[in-house]
Amino acid sequence: MSYVMLIYETEDALKSRSDAQAHEAYWSAWGAYHTALAEAGVITGGSSLAPGHAGTTLRIRGGERQVQDGPYADTKEQLGGYMIFDVPDLDTALDWAARCPAAEYGAVEVRPVHKME
Amino acid sequence: MSDQQEQAGRRALLAARASYGRIVAYLATRTYDVAAAEDALSEAFSRALEIWPARGVPDNPEAWLLTSARRRLIDLSRHHTVRNRAEATLQMLSEEAAECAASATPIPDERLKLLFICAHPAIDAAARTPLMLQTILGLDAGRIASAFLVAPATMSKRLLRAKAKIRNARIGFDVPEVRDLPARLDAVLDAVYAAYGTGWEDAAGADPRRRGLADEAIWLARLTTRLLPDAAEAHGLLALMLLCESRRAARRTNDGVYVPLSEQDVDLWCRPMIEDAKGSLANAAALQQLGRYQLEAAIQSMHAARLSGDRVVNWALIVQLYDALVHLSPTIGARTGRAAALAEERGDAEGLSALDAIEPRHTATYQPYWAVRSELLSRLGRNIEADAAYTRAVGLTEDAAARRFLQEKQRRLVHDQLR
Repeated sequence: MSYVMLIYETEDALKSRSDAQAHEAYWSAWGAYHTALAEAGVITGGSSLAPGHAGTTLRIRGGERQVQDGPYADTKEQLGGYMIFDVPDLDTALDWAARCPAAEYGAVEVRPVHKME
Repeated sequence: MSDQQEQAGRRALLAARASYGRIVAYLATRTYDVAAAEDALSEAFSRALEIWPARGVPDNPEAWLLTSARRRLIDLSRHHTVRNRAEATLQMLSEEAAECAASATPIPDERLKLLFICAHPAIDAAARTPLMLQTILGLDAGRIASAFLVAPATMSKRLLRAKAKIRNARIGFDVPEVRDLPARLDAVLDAVYAAYGTGWEDAAGADPRRRGLADEAIWLARLTTRLLPDAAEAHGLLALMLLCESRRAARRTNDGVYVPLSEQDVDLWCRPMIEDAKGSLANAAALQQLGRYQLEAAIQSMHAARLSGDRVVNWALIVQLYDALVHLSPTIGARTGRAAALAEERGDAEGLSALDAIEPRHTATYQPYWAVRSELLSRLGRNIEADAAYTRAVGLTEDAAARRFLQEKQRRLVHDQLR
């Protein structure tokens, strides 16, 4: 089964990505997590995302384009990245989600992926 | 809320804790319907909260709850007239319950049968522990789901399916025959231990991955030793969990920093719990049936030597105990623990070759293996390999404090290398 892990991070966590003090611990935890997933042969894709304020949101309403700076919804925790992985079942997927560094300070949502044929 | 109401509430809660499993077991062993027994009992508790404050708490609250739950079951079965047979059973049950209430005798304890049903081979292994926690302790599915890292919807489904199986397949509520007892008892004990939490975060010993349901697991183990006093492994399991639990306060500093077993302040270990565990181990030894839980408990009890004057741990004996454990039950946890003990006793290279002997397919997701491996490689000065092993250990760690501890060790290793 293919699952996507949607990783929600707080503003503070996103700041620590580039913070002189905190960035080493931040990235080494993520790097190690990624390595563990890869060595177990379960990861098939994924990426870290730039913070929400770097995003641009588009809607077309009544034929009119609406373009807005920032994310679709302004929330305390924002989408910081995603990972796609292949595991036998949801229980195993949740075991991996629990090891995700963001589980401690943000949130991790696990969803089955529908294959588009 | 008035004082009287509050008091009634407290009494109901106390009765709940003491009686929940007893009443569910008593009803379910007679009706085969665990879910209906739970529903009926939960209604009886709500009725108690309404009635007791006004009329006072009855002399025998347990019998009152039983009578009320039984009445509810009869009402239910009248709604479903198909279950005629059940109604006859319930009629008999109601007479028994009335007798109990009148004589103030405790209702018969059928919890042992319920424990064996929960861990019955026909019940899905993933549902056994949750079923015990729910039927004997009355824990709600949501809390069980969180402790087991399972989606709440999945957990509810598993529990419903298990209860349907008991009802539809009419799995017998019996204590197994002597011939089957050892295997059936193993299943019960494994299910109890699973409530304690698995994973050996600590390089040298059993350390539960999370707080989980430690109190509940110990309570269930103690119950099992009381219901089956001649089962050595039940005493062994109780001892094992008490020993692990006795070190809980020492595992983190006040700031939440992870402290490995070898560096723990032994003054923070809970001595009464350790004494309790030693008593359980002695009970087990007297029965002369060796098993894995007794061995694991014996290994953990060796660390308690640090409490006595000489403060030296006998690693040679720990290695021997691990040899016996691996012989009996060659799990990845036991083999990793043995490697860590070997490293202490005969040197890091010996420990590392014991780790090398474990097939890679078992180690890909097993954090303690990588934690021990990184430590041994680092002590042997094989820094590049140690760095890679630390990365694996960090990536597989669920506990944030343990993750930071390993990250710090890795950082220091890389730093020293650069210097």
